[in-house]
Amino acid sequence: MSHEPIVEMRGIHIGFPGVKALDGVDLRLLPGEVHALMGENGAGKSTLIKCLTGVYSIDAGEIVIDGSPRQLAGTADAQEAGIATVYQEVNLVRNLSIGENVMLGHEVRGRFGISWRATHRRAKENLERFGLGHLDTRLPLSTLSIAVQQLVAIARAMVTKSHVLILDEPTSSLDKQEVETLFGVIRQLRSEGVAILFVSHFLEQVYEISDRMTVLRNGRFEGEFLTKDLDRSSLIATMIGRELSTLAGEHEVRDGVAPGRREPLLVAENLGRKGSIGATDLAIGKGEIVGFAGLLGSGRTELARLLYGADRPDSGTITLKGRKTSIGSPAAGLANGVALSSENRRDEGIIADLTVRENMILAVQARRGWMRPLSKKDTDEIVDKYIKEFGVRPADPDRPIKNLSGGNQQKVLLGRWLATKPDLMILDEPTRGIDVGAKADIITAVQKLAEDGMSVVFISSEIEEVARVSDRIVVMRDREKVAEIINDGTVSAATIVAVIADEEGTAQTVAALDVSDETFPPTGTSTSTSTSTSTSTERSES
Amino acid sequence: MSTTTTTSSSFGERLRAVGRQQFVWAIVAIVLLLVINVIKDPTYLSVGYSDNLGGLRGNLVDILRASAPILMIATGMALVIATGGIDLSIGSAMVIAGAVAMEFLSASGSSSLGTAALALLLALLVAGVLGVVNGVLVSVVGLQPFISTLIMMLAGRGIAKVITGGQNTTATSEPFRWIANGYVIGLPVVVLLAVVIVVAVGLIVRRSALGLMIEAIGIDAEAARLAGVNKRAIIFTVYVAAAVLGGMAGVFATASVMTVDVSNTGNQMELDAILAVVIGGTSLAGGKFSIRGAAVGAVLIATLDKTVVFLGVPSSATPAFKAAVIVILFLIQSPWLHTQIAKLRSSRTSSSSSPPTSTPPATSATPTTPTNAEVTA
Repeated sequence: MSHEPIVEMRGIHIGFPGVKALDGVDLRLLPGEVHALMGENGAGKSTLIKCLTGVYSIDAGEIVIDGSPRQLAGTADAQEAGIATVYQEVNLVRNLSIGENVMLGHEVRGRFGISWRATHRRAKENLERFGLGHLDTRLPLSTLSIAVQQLVAIARAMVTKSHVLILDEPTSSLDKQEVETLFGVIRQLRSEGVAILFVSHFLEQVYEISDRMTVLRNGRFEGEFLTKDLDRSSLIATMIGRELSTLAGEHEVRDGVAPGRREPLLVAENLGRKGSIGATDLAIGKGEIVGFAGLLGSGRTELARLLYGADRPDSGTITLKGRKTSIGSPAAGLANGVALSSENRRDEGIIADLTVRENMILAVQARRGWMRPLSKKDTDEIVDKYIKEFGVRPADPDRPIKNLSGGNQQKVLLGRWLATKPDLMILDEPTRGIDVGAKADIITAVQKLAEDGMSVVFISSEIEEVARVSDRIVVMRDREKVAEIINDGTVSAATIVAVIADEEGTAQTVAALDVSDETFPPTGTSTSTSTSTSTSTERSES
Repeated sequence: MSTTTTTSSSFGERLRAVGRQQFVWAIVAIVLLLVINVIKDPTYLSVGYSDNLGGLRGNLVDILRASAPILMIATGMALVIATGGIDLSIGSAMVIAGAVAMEFLSASGSSSLGTAALALLLALLVAGVLGVVNGVLVSVVGLQPFISTLIMMLAGRGIAKVITGGQNTTATSEPFRWIANGYVIGLPVVVLLAVVIVVAVGLIVRRSALGLMIEAIGIDAEAARLAGVNKRAIIFTVYVAAAVLGGMAGVFATASVMTVDVSNTGNQMELDAILAVVIGGTSLAGGKFSIRGAAVGAVLIATLDKTVVFLGVPSSATPAFKAAVIVILFLIQSPWLHTQIAKLRSSRTSSSSSPPTSTPPATSATPTTPTNAEVTA
């Protein structure tokens, strides 16, 4: 169905101070095709879109539209080149009328300025294309539901007779039926020969609507694929940058305690927070390492924050050591023996201008209150212990922490949390952005902690790491817990990816998937539902 | 090994020297102002003993006396600013405290020591209530400190007027007057009190973990919260402390004349407090703070005020003169100027190949100098 591409972006480079946002990215959009742009949060999808819509000007590379190279110096240039965009948040003026919104900037002019009657007529014509002819264009936009506003936004974008339409997360606030309506419009535009770029986190939707996809990872181009040629597991593997064959794991069952037999330390029931994570059941045993796996944005960080009290849950209960507890603040979390090392080391972890010493004792000191300062002796004891134990370099406690490398900052933070002697240590991305040596040190430390009886929640984007370290793996998708996998030594990253990619979308408890790498990829039905933990519930998708 | 330790320690010393520079410059400014005064009147610095008063007197004593209220509010302001906030209502805390004390004393008519003590206590208490309101608005309700304390600044003066019925109430109480005008072992009570309070606050903040937590909140409030720091309680505490210190300043200011001027007592004093804090090297962005620096800043402001009067600068030109001195001071302190000088010096040394020892301090000045000049610019 394809001819020459309408848009061809080649070798796009763009950098912001200190970061390389896009590094040699290609993208081509063909007429009459829906092209999905895929990647985790931060992969560079939005940046690439902004290059194409003229918001950012590229540092290097080439943008060819309709066969001629273009310099897009602003959004007006992009619109003139026939590229229309609908952003994630509806970019309409709520207190103007529907017709005014559709025609904003393209009002029909008569002899005496704008002819509102002609403008509304044109607006109606445009809306009819999308099956919205029944709308009264003189009503204010705010009378419409978000979904219909979304369609109006598309109508508005297409007023300029664009032949390229960019839809950035158009479905994030729509329900299932509204998504179908939207897809109807997208299909219609596709049949009219419009090239559509579609960005969404929902894999199901991407597979339903797209013909072709481009995958980005960390600002790099990972490849262009026909949707029918790339199954979900391979797509996820590409998004996270691993070959399926290398996703084999080598977890050793540590102490022979069957996961179901562990004495529970923390039991969460129905724990949830609106707009953050759906109600979740979870049990963590004493001395157990529980891995949270899922793509970025799957809800794994949100769940961790609820367990610690960084966010206040609005449903559910937490039972710690058999006693119902309410954890509504980090201070309460610490008081109950829960510690969380945040994924955002720079903004939520280190206190940049304070010294290594001050950073390390902060949590212990906070727990004691300001009136009972740690003695110099106790301070030195804590600081010496963890600097030695984790090999912090440089071993100078009086240096501001901001002058240390990321790995060493992480070690100092690990010391901060362990100094509070927690029963449950939640580590959110403890190995992100640090060098291999420091990574190995931290993994070793985590395993040793569990052997000493501490419970650990381990969250990482590197799924092999989760598979290697965890006794049990909680799989998250679309802000829900979708499965639990007991790691009996046969679980590999590939197994986990298969569960993440699973199409069913209903919760299920999965034990030790019986798939070797040859029989991969699974279809989702090959997962055997087991009996073990009683923590999973059926949840229907809303 | 030995060489590395010596270089690192001398490097550390240099760092510390640069860190001190913030209020070292303020001290230089104080000395310069005094020199200017001495040029005008060679006897300016002479301090004599007055049998009449039972203590020392002279221009220097006057400056210290004038510093006392500014020391109080600058100390409180330093704590608030360190958390990343600001307290514009500190001048209103002064007038409220003064109004309460004067009303109480004039109503009671007694000039016993007990009444004076009660008046002091009441004044601090009512000022503290103002701080409680600020603290609740900022830490519990989550309003912007600027807005919350701006409201209290306006409301506070109104409340003071209500307390005195719009009058500038006068009272007589020798024990109360003694707070501002008395002497102990030849030294003015007000100066001794101010020094004791500043030192006490400094010790409490640095010997307990309060200072650490205030700085943690000021540098990164979210990280501090996640580390279990009770952000609300600490922020609440600093606003109350600032208001109580403001109340003490109000007592100092009213006790010397035994009159509260509801329109002028504490008027625009919050600006003096903020200036003193910033001169002392605490960034308006919050974080690392220096009580010592704020104290030096307070003395500088008092010196400046006295110098303006002494030089006979017309009262209409006084604010401009004050502003000029402070702008010059900030320029001298600014990291920008230091890098410019460093550039000049390094270009000169590289051409004349002078000994390398002269370059390190110039380069080390760049990253370590706090950023108050950026904030105030």
